[in-house]
Amino acid sequence: MSSNEHPAKPVVKEESFGYDRKTIDYIRNAAAHGLYEIRGMGAKRQLPNFDDLVFLGASLSRYPLEGYREKCSTKTVLGTRFAKKPIELEIPITIAGMSFGSLSANVKEALGRAATEVGTSTTTGDGGMTQEERQSSKTLVYQCLPSRYGFNPDDVRRADAIEMVIGQGAKPGGGGMLLGQKVSPRVAKMRTLPAGIDQRSACRHPDWTGPDDLAIKIHEMRELTDWEKPIYVKVGATRTFNDVKLAVHSGADVVVVDGMQGGTAATQTCFIEHVGIPTLAAVRQAVDALEDLDMKGKVQLIVSGGIRTGPDVAKALAMGADAVSIGQGVLIALGCNHDSWFQNGAHHDATADYAALGTAPGYCHHCHTGKCPVGITTQDAVLEQRLTSEVGARHLKNYLKTLNMELTTIARACGKQSVHHLEREDLVALTLEAAAMARVPLAGTNWIPGVSGF
Amino acid sequence: MERMSFDLAQVPLREVNTFLHKDAPARGVRQVVVTNPDGAHNIAVGLDCPVEVEVHGHAGYYAGGMNKTGTVTIFGSAGTGVAENMMSGRVHVKGFASNGAGASMHGGLLVIDGDAGLRCGISLKGGDIVVGGSVGSFSAFMAQAGRMVICGDAGDALGDSLYEAVLYVRGNIKSLGADAQIEPMTEADFATVKELLTAAGMQHDPHDFKRVASARNLYHWNADADQEY
Repeated sequence: MSSNEHPAKPVVKEESFGYDRKTIDYIRNAAAHGLYEIRGMGAKRQLPNFDDLVFLGASLSRYPLEGYREKCSTKTVLGTRFAKKPIELEIPITIAGMSFGSLSANVKEALGRAATEVGTSTTTGDGGMTQEERQSSKTLVYQCLPSRYGFNPDDVRRADAIEMVIGQGAKPGGGGMLLGQKVSPRVAKMRTLPAGIDQRSACRHPDWTGPDDLAIKIHEMRELTDWEKPIYVKVGATRTFNDVKLAVHSGADVVVVDGMQGGTAATQTCFIEHVGIPTLAAVRQAVDALEDLDMKGKVQLIVSGGIRTGPDVAKALAMGADAVSIGQGVLIALGCNHDSWFQNGAHHDATADYAALGTAPGYCHHCHTGKCPVGITTQDAVLEQRLTSEVGARHLKNYLKTLNMELTTIARACGKQSVHHLEREDLVALTLEAAAMARVPLAGTNWIPGVSGF
Repeated sequence: MERMSFDLAQVPLREVNTFLHKDAPARGVRQVVVTNPDGAHNIAVGLDCPVEVEVHGHAGYYAGGMNKTGTVTIFGSAGTGVAENMMSGRVHVKGFASNGAGASMHGGLLVIDGDAGLRCGISLKGGDIVVGGSVGSFSAFMAQAGRMVICGDAGDALGDSLYEAVLYVRGNIKSLGADAQIEPMTEADFATVKELLTAAGMQHDPHDFKRVASARNLYHWNADADQEY
């Protein structure tokens, strides 16, 4: 019997690493449409993140606090540098800026209700301030964006703080987008645009360029509000060390740094996945900038972009943030990517609606279509009824309370009477990448790659 | 009617603006004169009552910014962003205006007797701008609504990515921006130009003006546009 009568059958099919099925899909899609993909959510790729850090709880060398009895403060004050009326919050976890337009009016109201109940702030978005969110939010941060859609001095005066938005983590260097199906008559009117058009926001502010101009612009906001309200400056994380220094130079009371895991309702995928740096790397650069300027504690730092859990919050604070901001996690608490929606006391299956979008619960990033199966990122009169503000607010309140309890659990274990006493020295890294980015030692060693010798 | 005068060489700007926001409406002060502005930024920002402010000299950035129902007259030139985000009322620059004049205005009337710099009327959302002289490049970029009358020339890329704002130009247009096009003047357009020139106190023949508006080709994503926008 010759050897070629029974040729060896291959037992594996080898997929190309470079041209895997995802890449093949991408190329086919590009060839079919001649247009890049636009989607919602933030970066999906695996990135070094706060999970790569762990706390060194108290033991013999440190003394812990009793988990349930001893006081551990979460009070947070933002905007102490120049503002006459700083923002005082019960917890260091705030709601990130998300627009009415990308979100339904019900959702905006739910955010305000929940935030007010737990004593934190919400933030407007690209598209102006709605009555719903102003009325429901005790503390509301008003964004001033490049588009200036709906920007109004009356709303500046009604706001509790102003956030100058330079960029966001999902797309540093890019402007917003809202595709036509979400530009409803109400959204269009607020933004002074024809209804139904594919709306592109500017990426640069219309009336200033560069940090020296920004200083004058911030001064204008202070003069307009008679120096009462804190001014935040929000940057997408890229050259964070320099950008934070320039924001401080421009007169910010608070700097918001949004890492590349930060979400979006509609952005080019190439932008989401390939522009910006991870939050873990950004927070260290931001803190370095503040320390370099001797501004730590004078200018507050808010970190956002992929903050999901209590441990994430605790680690951001230990790294040197004064507070965090959450967008995507908040939407998931409201039911984003859930397999059902709740109405009239019953759960209703949403999987068919996900399938109609070509996706499934757990994978959906179709915020840009306005056809959110669970009624969150939509302007559709029927779909938006799938999430009432009451139900949304209840879930969000629970989520925020859980994060806060986890945060204080960790802080007590590290022996801290205030969550703001958590410090970098309490952290070690599990991976070389995280050790290098956060510049904390690899667990069990004194080694910080790039800082200390091996 | 009470009239107040502030010398910015003596009084801090913050006092003047706080007076305009709080005391002027409370005391019914309708006329405020600011002397020695010396290019100070943010003069008379955030007016929220029908007060008339005269600035005798040159103003810095954002003079009359976010004005609502007030009247600001600058007897001199104005820096970047004069009358930016104005909601209503009137701002009149007797001299020249720098970049971003009337940026993102929602309403009211901005009159510039001289020339305006780059990006005049950028992001315009309503209201009217009348420029006696010429405007720089990128004027009316992404202008969404409102009207602009330019009695002189326009620089490069006039009306780039224009939405529903309408521009009237008497002189030469160096180049039009993406999606901006010259359209025929209608009787309504002649009437509009006449009305705005009259409001601004300028005398030209409306028949000398061209109309520039959006071709509306960028309103929807188009795969066949080959990224020409």
